[in-house]
Amino acid sequence: MLLTLSDVEVAYGAVTALRGVSLEVGEGEIVTLLGANGAGKTTTLRTISGLLRPRSGEVRLDGRPLSSIPAHGLVGAGVSHVPEGRRVFPSMSVRENLLMGAYHDRRHARADLDRVVALFPRLAERIGQPGGTLSGGEQQMLAIGRALMSRPRLILLDEPSMGLAPMIVQTIFEVIAEINQAGVAVLLVEQNAASALRIAGRGYVLETGRVVLAGTAAGLLADDRVRQAYLGEDVADGADGPAPAGGGAAAGPAHGAAVPADSA
Amino acid sequence: MGFLDQFWQLTIDGLMVGSLYAVIALGYTLVYGVLQLINFAHSEVFMLGSFGGLFAARALLPDDGSVPGGLASVGLVAVGLGVGAICGGLAAFTLERVAYRPLRRRSAPRLAYLISAIGASLFAVNLAGKEFGRQNVDLPDLFHNGTVFTVFGADVSTQSLVIFAVAVAMLIGLDRLVAGTRLGQGIRAVAQDADTAVLMGVNVERIIIVTFVVGGLLAGAGGFLYAMTFNASYSMGFVPGVKAFTAAVLGGIGNVRGAMLGGLLLGLVESYGGYLFQASYKDVIAFLVLVAILMIRPSGLLGERLGRAA
Amino acid sequence: MSTPPAGPPGTGGGAATVPLRIAGSPAGPAGSSGSAGSSGSAGSSGPAGGPARPAWHPSVLFAPARLRQLGALLLVGVLAAIVTGPTGNSDKPLQAAKDSIVDVRIVLYLGLAVALWVLLVLGAQLRGALERVSAPVRAPVGAAYGRRGGPIVLNLVLLAIAIVAPMVVSTAAQQSMVNDIGIYALLALGLNVVVGYAGLLDLGYIAFFAIGAYATAYFTSQTAMPWHAPFVLNPFFVFPIALILAALAGVILGAPTLRLRGDYLAIVTLGFGEIIHLVANNADNITNGARGAFGVPHLSIDLLGIDYKWGIDPLPYYYLLLVIIVVVMIAFGRLERSRIGRSWAAIREDEIAAEATGVATLRMKLLAFAIGASVSGFAGVLFASKQFFNPQSFSLQASFFVVAVVIFGGMGSRLGVVVGAVVLQGLAFYLRDKVPPADRYIYFGAIIVIMMIFRPQGLVPSRRRRREIQLVEEGIGAADSLGVAPTGGQR
Ligand SMILES: Nc1ncnc2c1ncn2[C@@H]1O[C@H](COP(=O)(O)OP(=O)(O)O)[C@@H](O)[C@H]1O
Ligand SMILES: [Mg+2]
Repeated sequence: MLLTLSDVEVAYGAVTALRGVSLEVGEGEIVTLLGANGAGKTTTLRTISGLLRPRSGEVRLDGRPLSSIPAHGLVGAGVSHVPEGRRVFPSMSVRENLLMGAYHDRRHARADLDRVVALFPRLAERIGQPGGTLSGGEQQMLAIGRALMSRPRLILLDEPSMGLAPMIVQTIFEVIAEINQAGVAVLLVEQNAASALRIAGRGYVLETGRVVLAGTAAGLLADDRVRQAYLGEDVADGADGPAPAGGGAAAGPAHGAAVPADSA
Repeated sequence: MGFLDQFWQLTIDGLMVGSLYAVIALGYTLVYGVLQLINFAHSEVFMLGSFGGLFAARALLPDDGSVPGGLASVGLVAVGLGVGAICGGLAAFTLERVAYRPLRRRSAPRLAYLISAIGASLFAVNLAGKEFGRQNVDLPDLFHNGTVFTVFGADVSTQSLVIFAVAVAMLIGLDRLVAGTRLGQGIRAVAQDADTAVLMGVNVERIIIVTFVVGGLLAGAGGFLYAMTFNASYSMGFVPGVKAFTAAVLGGIGNVRGAMLGGLLLGLVESYGGYLFQASYKDVIAFLVLVAILMIRPSGLLGERLGRAA
Repeated sequence: MSTPPAGPPGTGGGAATVPLRIAGSPAGPAGSSGSAGSSGSAGSSGPAGGPARPAWHPSVLFAPARLRQLGALLLVGVLAAIVTGPTGNSDKPLQAAKDSIVDVRIVLYLGLAVALWVLLVLGAQLRGALERVSAPVRAPVGAAYGRRGGPIVLNLVLLAIAIVAPMVVSTAAQQSMVNDIGIYALLALGLNVVVGYAGLLDLGYIAFFAIGAYATAYFTSQTAMPWHAPFVLNPFFVFPIALILAALAGVILGAPTLRLRGDYLAIVTLGFGEIIHLVANNADNITNGARGAFGVPHLSIDLLGIDYKWGIDPLPYYYLLLVIIVVVMIAFGRLERSRIGRSWAAIREDEIAAEATGVATLRMKLLAFAIGASVSGFAGVLFASKQFFNPQSFSLQASFFVVAVVIFGGMGSRLGVVVGAVVLQGLAFYLRDKVPPADRYIYFGAIIVIMMIFRPQGLVPSRRRRREIQLVEEGIGAADSLGVAPTGGQR
């Protein structure tokens, strides 16, 4: 396995955010991590990229524990993280932002810059403009492009569709699929479950710091609770979906390959 | 003689002193950029660099009290600058390690950093006072200080020229460093968004210490230039320190070019103001400028570009 | 500023294994003693370095982090030798340092450094032993403090000590108990409102003290300064005047500055303090310049049949100060528990949230700043009416010293800052003929840094502040009013 989390617990001071999360991402896979606001999705990604350290449990990359690698060394190990809210460098130009992606290894920067710009033609038009002046969609493209500049094997995406118009969301998801085609594994955090499950191979559902469901994308799409909580008509963005905490697991799997994580 | 007669002379003097403020201001602005923190002890880095450069140059001066010339002068100034820079860099490194890093490691509240820096400043000032005495220490002439040329009737002395040239060279060098090198890329990234910089592979801890050291090198060399014009003393750091900080805020704290502009402007304002009002209250001018900017345009002339824009 | 408040970049090469701190685990200085103080020691071989190896096992003792720690301590030892060594001069700049190092005392300092290192290495075990020894002593005190009314008993005991103490010491010590301890305790109580309650930093605090002192000279004497009022007042009437003047100055200074980042206040007050000092020193025909004000009348009461004059004996001043300090402590205790005090706490912990819940943050900060200033002005009247003064009493270092007292004692703790004044001024008194006066600031500077590193909550911490600092270090809240924490915090 490319990435393995086993029984990871993370706390912010007295607040426990992850209560024993286990998940896996294989080489070349798209795996999605779903969950309502505050479920712990961002915390999971931040833990993988070393910004947070687990209180217990372990994160492994290629079977190697990540605890021996400092956070800034993770890009070198092939993991690229597109943070929540895009976080482009506001006063750097688009070009400088992209070059920041190649900070740890500048050998291929030039060629990669052309490659990324080809992937996002919109960025070419804005190449000299400060990152902070781009629109939300452009910033998301820039953030993803920046992550690609480091030639990652695994890319972590934290809610890339957040706050974007449906048209742009579609573009972004197409690009994600395209990136994956090129052999990059993707761990995609989303609240937009429908779109995420459409491109993902597998998925996990996180609730209050626990993985409550795991399975193939098709299985999850068919699962009643997923449909109710994350795909309901009236809660299109899924943000405030009523997620029965813990209790859901007792109901057992309803469909196909989606099984409650605690019994898996 | 009226103000207009003196205008060009005041301008030249103002630019010279202002270029020194700019050099010191860079230390504040760089550290502010990466840490969002006013490094209160920066003035002591300046002071220690000044002493280091002064003592080194003095030790190499001929015993007979004659003023050296030619290559010897160039060498002496170079040694003074170099040793001053090294002492400043070392002081800044030590300061970061002792007074800041332990606090960073446990994410202390912001107030703690300020207080710790004040403690370090108090310590350094008075230790210097104890070791080097509490009088002003003069640096004998390192070269014949004549008039090189005149502009609009104002004399430009060798000394002014040396100081201005060296200071501007350092300013340009730093600007290139920040704008055009990998280190500069890292510094700017940390200044704008440290978390995300980490995700790009920037070793924030390294950037922080290097930033301190770069600021210290500049302040140390600037300290030597200052001692060359005026003198050195254990308490010399405070006033130029406040002024350089003012310069940094004037230009937009966290903004490298802003600090340069702010320094030169403040030097000019002070030079004109000192002539128009009373020279003994010259130091008050900088303070008034500071309060005025804070009230009128707290983000400074060029804005806080390197740091997180508000 | 869209950065979320908690964004700890994991940084630093070797320090990557530092676990997230959890509540209940020893947080704060004790918990991080494995790495604190030493410059280079990463947390990688902290107390939890490896199971089962005893602390004295060579692989533990001589781990790189431990060795770096030893190196740092040895450097500190050398520095200590230089600090306490002979005084030098600029003709032979390195001579004094050299003499300090090639001296037998260096052995003592290096020995101390090694001893300290051993203590740190064996820290965990020793701390346990220490607990066992000190528990029987601490338990009754703690119990007394915990019981209802316990603090009152303790405070009464302390008050009794404060009443009796000056009777058994020399006159020189009595003078010091008034001028240094008493006045500074009062100053510290005022600054504590600014630093401890509102979480701001005022580095020109002594300027308000100067305003009080010069106002006294202006209003009470026709001869003390060239500039004086057309009438003469009893110093007692100057108390309210100075209070208002100082508060006003505080508002004028604070209003434009407090709107901005909190740390700008520090530098503006620093400049203000220096300007007041500069003016006092240079304005010969107003303040009498560097010669100072001489001949301000002593305090006197002639009211309702009570007729009393304070003279040159320090004791009456001492008791007056004691009464004032007790009153101020009680008043500020009430203030702290009032709505205003709760607003300050809210601002410290999360200014944005406080603002959102309707706390007028700017006004509250200004209020704290003005209250602090007025206490300082008040103390200035007492000071001026007791004795001759000149601008040297209002130097920048004096401001820093008050900050040191507050930090050392424990910001936010009224008893703490008074204890801070007693201990630090006591130390200054003790050092008075051992160390040149100016050199004492070397020690005070060192104390400030050491406190910030190892015991930021101070000697007698306020329970609330201790909790806040702990929370901040866990990544929650702010504990001051200066904005987001600096980059590079490591959680
Ligand atoms: N910096 C923080 N300090 C304290 N608690 C936090 C912090 N960040 C997140 N949390 C808590 O951790 C939990 C998970 O948050 P997060 O990982 O951001 O959720 P998600 O990304 O799924 O919305 C939430 O309950 C949140 O309140
Ligand atoms: Mg999130």
